[in-house]
Amino acid sequence: MTGSRLVDGKGAVFLAVLAAAAVLVPVLNLTMPEGSPLHVPTYLVSLLGKYLAYALLAVSLDLVWGYCGILSLGHGAFFALGGYAMGMYLMRQIGPRGVYGNPVLPDFMVFLNYKELPWYWHGFDIFPFAAVMVLVLPGLLSFVFGWLAFRSRVTGVYLSIITQAMTFALMLAFFRNDMGLGGNNGLTDFKDVLGFSVQAQGTRVALFVLTALALALGYLVARAMTVSAFGKVLVAIRDAESRTRFLGYRTEHFKVVAFTVSAAMAGVAGALYVPQVGIINPSEFAPANSIEAVIWVAVGGRGTLVGAALGAVLVNYAKTMLTGVLPDAWLFALGALFVLVTLFLPRGIVGTLIERLGSRRAKARLPGPAPDALAPELAEEGRGS
Amino acid sequence: MSTATLTAPAEASRLTSALLYLDDIRVTFDGYRALRGLSLTLAPGEMRAIIGPNGAGKTTMMDVVTGKTRPDTGTAMFDGRHDLTRLDETAIAGLGIGRKFQKPTVFESHTVADNILLALKGPRGSAASLFGWRNRVEAARIDAILETAGLVQHRRRPAADLSHGQKQWLEIGMLLAQDPKLLLVDEPVAGMTDAETEATATLLRRIARDHAVVVVEHDMAFVRALGCRVTCLHEGAVLAEGSIDSVSADPRVVEVYLGR
Repeated sequence: MTGSRLVDGKGAVFLAVLAAAAVLVPVLNLTMPEGSPLHVPTYLVSLLGKYLAYALLAVSLDLVWGYCGILSLGHGAFFALGGYAMGMYLMRQIGPRGVYGNPVLPDFMVFLNYKELPWYWHGFDIFPFAAVMVLVLPGLLSFVFGWLAFRSRVTGVYLSIITQAMTFALMLAFFRNDMGLGGNNGLTDFKDVLGFSVQAQGTRVALFVLTALALALGYLVARAMTVSAFGKVLVAIRDAESRTRFLGYRTEHFKVVAFTVSAAMAGVAGALYVPQVGIINPSEFAPANSIEAVIWVAVGGRGTLVGAALGAVLVNYAKTMLTGVLPDAWLFALGALFVLVTLFLPRGIVGTLIERLGSRRAKARLPGPAPDALAPELAEEGRGS
Repeated sequence: MSTATLTAPAEASRLTSALLYLDDIRVTFDGYRALRGLSLTLAPGEMRAIIGPNGAGKTTMMDVVTGKTRPDTGTAMFDGRHDLTRLDETAIAGLGIGRKFQKPTVFESHTVADNILLALKGPRGSAASLFGWRNRVEAARIDAILETAGLVQHRRRPAADLSHGQKQWLEIGMLLAQDPKLLLVDEPVAGMTDAETEATATLLRRIARDHAVVVVEHDMAFVRALGCRVTCLHEGAVLAEGSIDSVSADPRVVEVYLGR
C-alpha cells in the first residue's frame, strides 16, 4: 500500500517546499539589498510566518476533522490559549521597560491597580515553563472537554455546536478585565523573546524558520498517527462509530487522544503566531476564526494533512490581497468560497488531485467505480446510529 | 484464550453452564413491547438459528446481548458470570461476543485487508494501536482469513467497491478475525444469489465448528442448510424450539410465520 508510508509522494513535495521556503526566505531577506527585486522584506517574512502558523492550526484541525469526523468549530480557542501562554511569557520579559516602569507588573495591571501578580502569572517569566504551558493549557482543556463530550457520545452537529460555545464562552471570559489577562486589549507591546528583540530582523527570520520547522514536525506527528493502526481506528470511527464499538474499540478514548494531541498542536501554532504579529487579544477566540480554519481545511482537502496546510496558506494569501483592496468584502468572499468548494470541489484541492491521479492509475489496472468517501460522517448521522 | 485453562474456582463461580443465558427479558420502546419475557439458552459451541415474523424481536434480542439496548427487566448472562445488562458495547465485544449486522457494515474507506486488520483479536487500546503489534501484523495472517472468506484477491480494494454479497463475507471474515466465543449473525443471506447463499451456509457451518453461532434468518432453505437447532420467536417471546422439522411442523409456527 503506497498510502501507508510515513512520507508519501505528496508529503515529500510538501516537506521539500517547506524546507526550500525555510532556506530561501531568510537568504533573500538577509543577503539581498533593499531595492533588489529578489529582496524579501522583513514584514513579508513575518506575514509568511503567520501563514505557516495558520497552516499548523489547519493540520491540527484536519487530524480530528478529516480523520476522525470531529468537526471542531472551536479550534481557535486552543490556538488562542497557546498564544496567551506565549503572550504571558513575552509580557514578563518587558520588565521595567513598560510605560509605568514597574519591574514585575505588566502595564495593564498597574493601570488596573493590581498590587501583586496574580498566582497564575507565576512561572511565566521562565521560558521552559511557558513553553510547557503552551502545550498543557490547550491540552488540558481539550482533554477535559473531550472526555466529557465523547463519553456522553455527543457527536455530529451537536459536538460542533458545543465546541463553538466553548470558544465563545472563553472569548467573553477573556474580555473581562478581572481575568487578569489584559481584557479587551489583550497582551501586546512585547520587547524580547529569549533575549532577542521581537522587532529585530534576525528574530523575525528565526521565528519564521522555527514556524516552518514546527509545521514540518506537526505534519510528521499527525502523519505518523494517521498511518498507524491508531489512524485506521480513527477513520473507522469517522465512517461507522457504532460498528467500531461492536468490534471492541473504546472509541471515546481514541477520540480524546486525537483531540488532545490536535489541541496541543494548535497551541504551538498560536504560540508561534503571537510574537510574529505582536499581539494576542480575546478576538482570537471569536467563533468566526475557528470557522475560518474549517474553511481552510475544506478548501485544501480534508483528510490529507498537506491539503489543510495548503488551504490555510492560499486562503490567507487571498485574505491579505482582498482586505487590502476591498476590506468589507472579505466575509462575503469567504462565505462564497465555502459554498463553491462544498458544491464543486467537495474533496478540496489536494483531495481532488489525489482522486484524479488515483483514477488514472486505476484505469490502467482495473476499471471500477471510484470510492465514495464523500462526507462520511454525515452518512453516519443519516444512519441514525 | 483462557477457556482451555479455566481453573476450578472460576468454574465454581459460574451461575450456569450455558454460554448465553437469557431469562425473562423485557424491552419496551415508547410503549411498544419489543420483548415480552424472552428466555433462551445457548450451550458453548452450539449453533442456533432464530426465525420469526417481522417484529418478533429478533434484532432487539441481539441488541440486548451486545449492549446496544438495555432491557427493562430480565437476566442476561454470558459465560455464566458476566451480566450483560451492566456492560456497554465495547466491554461486551471484549468478552468475546461478535456481531454481524443485517445491513452489511464494513469500513468503506478502508481496504479489505485493513478491515480484517482492525478486527484481529488482540489489545485494542489507543496506545497499543499507536505503537503496538497491530502495526506489525504479517500479511499472511490477514490473507489466511481472507482466504476463508473468499476475498483474498480483493485485499487491496476499498471495501466500498465490494458487491453486496462480498461485503457480507467481509463482515463474516471480520468476525473470524475477532475470534469471539459467540457470533451473532443477523440475516447474512438477505439479498444474496442462490450460489452466494450456499457459499455462506458452508462458511457459517465451518465457523460453527469452533465458535458458538446465533443466526437470524428468514430464508428457510438456508436455515435447513445450516442443520442446527431452531428457535422461533413471536411477539417478543419464544414460540417454539427444536429441530427444523419439528419447528416447521408446529401448527403455531405455521400459523404465525410460515403460512399455510
